[in-house]
Amino acid sequence: MERVPLERKVLNENDRIAADLRARFQEQGTLCLNFISSPGSGKTSLLERTLSSLPKGERVAVLTGDIQTENDANRLKRYGFPVKQITTGGTCHLDARMIERHLADWPLEDLDLLFIENVGNLVCPSSYDLGEEAKIVLLSVTEGEDKPLKYPSIFFKSQLMILNKVDLLPYVPFNVNAAVENARKVHPGIEIVKVSCLKGNGLDEWLIWLEKKRQAQKEKQPAAVR
Amino acid sequence: MHELGIANSILEAVRTEVARVPGRYATKVSLRIGEMTAVDPEALRFSFEILSQDTDLAGLQLEIEICPRRNRCEECGQEFTVRDYDIQCPQCGSLRTQFLSGDEFAFGYLEVEEYGTSSVGAQSTE
Repeated sequence: MERVPLERKVLNENDRIAADLRARFQEQGTLCLNFISSPGSGKTSLLERTLSSLPKGERVAVLTGDIQTENDANRLKRYGFPVKQITTGGTCHLDARMIERHLADWPLEDLDLLFIENVGNLVCPSSYDLGEEAKIVLLSVTEGEDKPLKYPSIFFKSQLMILNKVDLLPYVPFNVNAAVENARKVHPGIEIVKVSCLKGNGLDEWLIWLEKKRQAQKEKQPAAVR
Repeated sequence: MHELGIANSILEAVRTEVARVPGRYATKVSLRIGEMTAVDPEALRFSFEILSQDTDLAGLQLEIEICPRRNRCEECGQEFTVRDYDIQCPQCGSLRTQFLSGDEFAFGYLEVEEYGTSSVGAQSTE
């Protein structure tokens, strides 16, 4: 019997494609964000709010993942920006190869912002790097404040947590401070923004976060290309 | 349930490695899974067994090492295992501690055997 050390990650192939995508995004100054949450937390609503706030002619595009239907793409297309649905046909997450394939006919040099809406799932998407600059996890106040402790991986890997549906706080037994505390237990450095995509509360703060990230991404771009 | 896809990646990687050592077959593969990854070892084992049975890798053992979350204290340098999300340094009490490990999802090693040295899973090389 012989033991051969295997110095590699299990999702080597996914990570290789993701690293390649990340390098391309940086080269072109494209800010790519990966939105992850349970089904129904408000990923599509947040994207609708975001797209509707952007001026026409803004260089933004969306890839939206679901197991079935083109519903989300149809909702998002109404804002006049390029949107593609990725229908996984059963797979519970997006992987880097799907992103690469769906970006093939979109010239990245024409894009400043790329939003990826992952399949609604707090577990599986956290294992797959899509080449994004940041993962953003959404939690809604109808879900329970202990979600960060129950699904630590995604809260640990996300730069920003968006707490959505705060307009419902008077009607549901959700303790915001406990939710924030739980998220910070899992990931002390996580940033947190509270919004209501329905009523519009807190969206300014989210848009400021987005703009800051966008500037930072531009600064990463090699000077020769800028 | 993304463990099925992951199990498939593992078997593919094992096939690639085995192809590099002619005359040998794989008996065991080991994985290191951090507790901050969202991978369920039981679901992974189940998928692994289903996908490997009746193939060239039938009988291949899967060893899983769960790696706990570890932090390092920025004040005193102590490295410690984080339990129940408590990131406080057990030595000096500081809360300024940094994530060290616990998000790994990597191979450890692969055990291979020469054909003819064991009856388990052995196939003729002729």
